Amino acid sequence: MSQVNRLQQGGRVDRSKPLTFTWNGKQFQGYQGDTLASAMLANGIKVVGRSFKYSRPRGIFGHGAEEANALMQLGVGKETIPNPRATQVELFNGLEASATNGWPNSDFDLMEWVGKIGGKMMPPGFYYKTFMWPEKMWMTYEKFIRKAAGYGKASLEADPDIYDKLNRHCDVMVVGAGPAGLAAALEAGRAGKRVILADEQNEFGGSLLASKQSVNGQPAAEWAEAAAAELAAMDNVVCLPRTTVFGYYDQNFLGALERRTDHEGMTAPSGSRQRIHRIRAHQVVLATGAIERPLVFANNDLPGVMLSGSVATYVNRFGVVPGNRAVVMTTNDSGYQTALDIHAAGRTVVAIVDTRHNPEGRLLDAARAAGITVKTGHAVIEAKGGKQVTDALVAPIDAAGDSVTGKPVSMSCDLIAVAGGWSPVVHLSCHTGSRPQWNDDIAAFVPGPSIQKQHLAGAIIGEYTTAGALNMGAAMGAEAAGAEAGSNYDCGDESVCPAQPMYLVPHTKSVMRAPKQFVDFQNDVTAAGITLANNEGFESIEHVKRYTAMGFGTDQGKTGNINGMAITAKNLGKTIAETGTTIFRPAYTPVTFGALGGRDIGDLLDPARHTAMHPWHVENGALFENVGQWKRPWYYPKAGETMQDTLNRECMAVRNSVGMVDASTLGKIDIQGKDAREFLNRVYTNAFSKLAPGKCRYGLMLKEDGMVFDDGVTACINDNHFVMTTTSGGAAAVMSWLEMWSQTEWPELEVYFTSVTDHWATCSFSGPNARKVLAKLCDDVDLSADAFKFMDWREGTVAGIKARIFRISFTGELAYEVNVPANQGLYMWQKIMAAGEEFGITPYGTETMHVLRAEKGYIIVGQDTDGSLTPQDCGMDWIVGKKKEFSFLGKRSFTRPDTARTDRKHLVGLKPIDPTVVIPEGSQAVADPNQPIPMDMLGHVTSSYWSECLGHGIAMGTVKNGFNMMGETVYFPQADGRVLAAEIVSPVFYDAKGERHHD
Amino acid sequence: MLHIYCPYCEELREEEEFSYSGEAHIARPTDPEALTDAEWGDYVFFRKNPRGLHHEMWNHAAGCRRYFNATRDTQSYEIHETYKMGEKPSVTSQGAAQ
Repeated sequence: MSQVNRLQQGGRVDRSKPLTFTWNGKQFQGYQGDTLASAMLANGIKVVGRSFKYSRPRGIFGHGAEEANALMQLGVGKETIPNPRATQVELFNGLEASATNGWPNSDFDLMEWVGKIGGKMMPPGFYYKTFMWPEKMWMTYEKFIRKAAGYGKASLEADPDIYDKLNRHCDVMVVGAGPAGLAAALEAGRAGKRVILADEQNEFGGSLLASKQSVNGQPAAEWAEAAAAELAAMDNVVCLPRTTVFGYYDQNFLGALERRTDHEGMTAPSGSRQRIHRIRAHQVVLATGAIERPLVFANNDLPGVMLSGSVATYVNRFGVVPGNRAVVMTTNDSGYQTALDIHAAGRTVVAIVDTRHNPEGRLLDAARAAGITVKTGHAVIEAKGGKQVTDALVAPIDAAGDSVTGKPVSMSCDLIAVAGGWSPVVHLSCHTGSRPQWNDDIAAFVPGPSIQKQHLAGAIIGEYTTAGALNMGAAMGAEAAGAEAGSNYDCGDESVCPAQPMYLVPHTKSVMRAPKQFVDFQNDVTAAGITLANNEGFESIEHVKRYTAMGFGTDQGKTGNINGMAITAKNLGKTIAETGTTIFRPAYTPVTFGALGGRDIGDLLDPARHTAMHPWHVENGALFENVGQWKRPWYYPKAGETMQDTLNRECMAVRNSVGMVDASTLGKIDIQGKDAREFLNRVYTNAFSKLAPGKCRYGLMLKEDGMVFDDGVTACINDNHFVMTTTSGGAAAVMSWLEMWSQTEWPELEVYFTSVTDHWATCSFSGPNARKVLAKLCDDVDLSADAFKFMDWREGTVAGIKARIFRISFTGELAYEVNVPANQGLYMWQKIMAAGEEFGITPYGTETMHVLRAEKGYIIVGQDTDGSLTPQDCGMDWIVGKKKEFSFLGKRSFTRPDTARTDRKHLVGLKPIDPTVVIPEGSQAVADPNQPIPMDMLGHVTSSYWSECLGHGIAMGTVKNGFNMMGETVYFPQADGRVLAAEIVSPVFYDAKGERHHD
Repeated sequence: MLHIYCPYCEELREEEEFSYSGEAHIARPTDPEALTDAEWGDYVFFRKNPRGLHHEMWNHAAGCRRYFNATRDTQSYEIHETYKMGEKPSVTSQGAAQ
């Protein structure tokens, strides 16, 4: 039984190229040119999955992006792809497809009985109503729900494919290559404009490929082929088939997903599997067409109920008739063409059931001439069958389509083709914020006004005739290109009889009692469910959507939404225009995360910055810490050491002899100009007026709210030249900050900023033996304590290299920072290590650096401060210039009542009462650990370490009113029940007099 | 993604080259000490949040690094104009930002 539904001839499949595929483990055959859906239908496969909530059998329903049922699991293992629509999967040899749900399988599903029995107990809001309490049971419910719900499964293994992105620019972007899009692209291309034409299908032509019409005397599909060939031959036109424009963003920016190799196999043979095109267009032509609307009637979800236009597409484009006995229900003329196509294919059309009472015209005549029974003023009110349609219940209805007016008759059939009218694909037009507008003439939403340079052509604004779409496309393509349309198209007589707006088909029973009438197939939303939601008071369409989950599936309600809105409108006694529509957002169809990530994954996700000495750190076993994008040595463990062992060794080396840290990552900004000094006065809290060449000064920078923003040491090179250092993480922000003030407020100051962070490598070594180490390498600078004082800097030659030597200290010990051009950084580091060998010079990382500075009570901006502490709150009143002429940034805020309070949170030292304890950072301080929860929190620990040289834990933290509580005890209750206690002390734990770094 | 015309580079460039810097035309008071707390608080903390035209500062961070102003509609995201520091906007809405 192979390809029982395949016609002997016709369609765009290549019968000389058979392809083998498997469905749920069984082997089938299709042809080159098939989609997975057309091949499955050709083989008579009816049930393709189970529904989300009720586990009802579902079949293929559409032929493109609108498909709501036929979600597939493709491939196995790491190659597997969850949830593509079978209607959009091109068949290839060896394709393995299986159902995404159904247990034990989709054909025989036990959950169906849960759905049948429990269906009445699963109304909209079911989850909210059922699983809300008791709250602690949610975890149990969730486990069950997750198992029962959902569709395909993603692989847990890494994706074997790569993906990439391309930036593109064009004059005219045409979205959709149906008649309107092709005609638009031709005009714009012929006018010499740079054009991009994208279409989600494998070949250009859209509806023309399944049409029996002619274009200017040429068969439609042939005309489409010729048009595509002409475009492909133009150098100024980029043709992107298999490319879905999934998002339309501000100022004509579009995102498009190109499936480059999906039609060849599960993984790309070479190169990228998918590509995202990031397109910026001067003009955009949206020619996205329309999607056929189903009608809502009882059991309309049975396999064998399909969209009428989709049936015609399968017949004409793929040579597949999805059934032998068809009933066609229609509200407009398009159902007639489908019936004629089925008839022409040699299958039986049991009847055309037209909801209109008095249709007339050429198609009606043609159907009657072909001997097809036409029942006007009738509707299929219910489909009958188990796993597939076996009968259609047809009844006369009134002219308004509100009620059944006579006795239903049963018609035996295996296919019900439904033509409920058309919904323009307005999705992209909504993405930039434009709301669709209801158009009564075509009973559909069309795109609303837009500020984008956008043109609409064809079915997207209700132009449903082929000649109309072609001519409109030509006109819009020409308009977008600023040219005159050169073509005029004629497709013969396309006259139609007016359509009847129809959404919910009446039943002999009420909506609440009739068999399920589905609106949204993917989320199992029924007309009764929507009515119940309306009855419960949900009136806003956005609320109805969220309560019922209508339109929440991967199909985004492409077929169901309008019907749902119409049912809501009717229930509320409003028009659809008054009820309004929900808004569509990107993406039009799902986009793989792989494609969105592109090449920006792994090492390429974010640049990693390495200092010049990085190879040495790696070679010497450093573990690294991320500081912004920098990779900084964290600590250098030796064999057998715990982390604490390492830190103790590194700390003691600095305290007792000498250690070195790579400080190259500190931000460095070169500031020049005759007003540089004045500029520094304005942005720092302290005065730089008298900072002489050869001197350095520590400065604190505030935001205008008076809060600490950054700190660092600035050296005066000469009166017009300073070098500022910033925190490693704050370098870029400080640079922007300085530039902003310079450009926006003080353009009269002549000052220039250059980021030189990467230009200099910095070896910072400290400890009692630091001078001895430097002396071995430098003989042109007087290093004596009197000649080269703390906070001085000198230019000198170190290890033969011209260097800037700063005598500044972040450890509390005698310390030097040797700055050399980055290219010589590694060499300098090695030279200093060699020179220090006799003193046991020890490389140390950021962790030891933190311990050493915390022993001295030096803050780290961003760790000990969080944008809510003033200099005074940090105990750094000493650094605030009192007599500065200019009211420096942030100063005025000091006297704001809140900032001036003396009981603000203060940054204090915290000495654990139990000396062996290290209080976890982030611990909350309370005055009384026995108070009831929630406790009154006083502050938190910002930095906390074991101090090997002091022999006890040390910490810094904020405590409310802390400066006035010196010597008092605060408590830190822990998650594990322990309560740690600490005494509030000065944050300077080590060398309180500051003698050591002055030596 | 916005397409922004840098008035210094005189080119339309992608949004990823720029960073947003808040409301434009907020002059720092020349004598902060002379202000009341309320006046100073206004300058430091209060910003307009209009639905519609907004004059705002942008920085061509990955380009020329110049700050400039833009008049942008916060509802439609249309950028009506960009102009150099020190210049006045030519598109304004009565009663809203000026």
